[in-house]
Amino acid sequence: MPELSLTFDGAPLSARPGQTVGAALTDAGVVAWRTTRNAGRPRGLFCGIGVCFDCLIMVDGVANQRACLTPARGGMELRSGRETEAPE
Amino acid sequence: MTTLACDVAIVGAGPAGLSAAVHAADAGLNVALVDAGTQPGGQYWRHPDESHPVPDEGEGHHGWREFTDLRSRLYAHETTGTLTYLRGTQVWLIEPARPAGVVLRLAPATDPAPAAGTVTARHVILCPGGYDRQLPIPGWDLPGVMAAGGVQALLKGNRTAAGRVAVVAGTGPFLLPVATGLAHAGVKVAAICEANSPTGWLRNAGGAVRAPAKALEGVEYATALARHRIPYKIRTAVTAIHGTDRVESVTLSRVDAHGTAIAGTQRTVACDVVALGWGFTPQLELVLAAGAETTVDVDGSLIAVVDDRLASTAPGVTVAGEATGVGGAPMAVLEGELAALCVSEALGVAAAPGGPASEGRIRALQRDRARLHRFAVAMHRANPVPANWQDWLTPETLVCRCEEVTHGALCDAHTELGAADARTLKSFGRPGMGWCQGRVCGFAVSEIAARFANRPTSADDLRSMAKRSLAAPVTLGQLAALDFDDVHEG
Repeated sequence: MPELSLTFDGAPLSARPGQTVGAALTDAGVVAWRTTRNAGRPRGLFCGIGVCFDCLIMVDGVANQRACLTPARGGMELRSGRETEAPE
Repeated sequence: MTTLACDVAIVGAGPAGLSAAVHAADAGLNVALVDAGTQPGGQYWRHPDESHPVPDEGEGHHGWREFTDLRSRLYAHETTGTLTYLRGTQVWLIEPARPAGVVLRLAPATDPAPAAGTVTARHVILCPGGYDRQLPIPGWDLPGVMAAGGVQALLKGNRTAAGRVAVVAGTGPFLLPVATGLAHAGVKVAAICEANSPTGWLRNAGGAVRAPAKALEGVEYATALARHRIPYKIRTAVTAIHGTDRVESVTLSRVDAHGTAIAGTQRTVACDVVALGWGFTPQLELVLAAGAETTVDVDGSLIAVVDDRLASTAPGVTVAGEATGVGGAPMAVLEGELAALCVSEALGVAAAPGGPASEGRIRALQRDRARLHRFAVAMHRANPVPANWQDWLTPETLVCRCEEVTHGALCDAHTELGAADARTLKSFGRPGMGWCQGRVCGFAVSEIAARFANRPTSADDLRSMAKRSLAAPVTLGQLAALDFDDVHEG
């Protein structure tokens, strides 16, 4: 099956079709892609099923997407970053 | 933009919701199935993307044939138009419709496009499922520490191993498939740490022996543990996790029956993945938002109060699956069918031609449900959350991962501000006020509050951490676009 080509902070990242962005990053050995608002601590996947919102990532310019739920697509641009406020 | 009217709306396409949807459609009801996932199965039957078929789709699954049977019936109903399946869709608001029925407001689960909508149904069956219950442990916020179910989701849905060397810890039978799944994927499992002792099974054998399929699964796992040489350590807990920017090692401690770490038994084990699970937490926000009564189950989880036809105390709202009490997939499938049959009777729809006589089938399902319930109770009694787990905490341990609230800050909220219940602790210390809205720390904060007050954890503690004004995050645009006048017309 042909691999998909994405980028993470500008560097190439490959994914298998059907994988989530979070799984593709895990396969590439990346375990964290954002830092917390207060202590600046690294975060990545935790619950893995869309409950905890730890794995938020910027996808094609849209902030706060859950990496564990977002399907990887060819050409996707992923960006790490700092957490923003939760919606009240 | 979806604007749909139907007989019954089912929320969740896991074992309970999938079963409810198929049986409701079989009975001749017009069904809407709303699910956050892109394909059916929920967490239990999570599987690789169906649009990129793999030959071993059901690898590592139990009851896979039952799932594929339900799935093909679901797709058949979707093709005939009896059923509308709203994939990748979350319910963020549930409201009564006038004169009767329920309105669900929808938001996309991942796509940021504002393609929201509503479903108006005569009756709703909530099958929200659950997720791993967590206890805070020093260092549990390090990348590489994951919920056991998250590790499993990576394997089942993505065929991705979370790392190279894993420690699987917590309590309950779910630790076994996670560990054997990792080993099968080539991960070295350094240890399974079960805080309880399997002798707990002996005391509750009366319940356990009545579910022989589970005993067979147990034999399967024992064989797999031996084959992969996975150490299964009972009365052992991960009491601290170490690393700078990711997990590097854990401290294992032998614990007594109450979870108190025994001095001198500590040892360090290197790993890059820690999979944690302390049973499951049912997802209760829609149940609470619907105004249905809740109670505390044997396992300490908040669950919906339902009658023997799975009707909640809220009009038009039935609940099935883990939200009525954590009982596993076979019980959830059964409850889905029971819910669908009872709702179709209530709505005055005759069973499908040639189908089983409804009342007789309902009674048989109720009997089987009682049997599976006894088994679930035995499981819960054998795998309790250790009473003294809070002794593992340090003042620096994060309790709320989102708002970065430490245990020390919660102690201050108690000693300086007098917080002695979860609701007050939440107002003063902000645990549960971040992105996840207390889904992850809700149980722990409730237990911490109860210990401060030197009393058992109450339903009110759990409710105050589980109540969420919005069941899923929505954009301000979606809120602004609400025309509240239209809510009660459907």
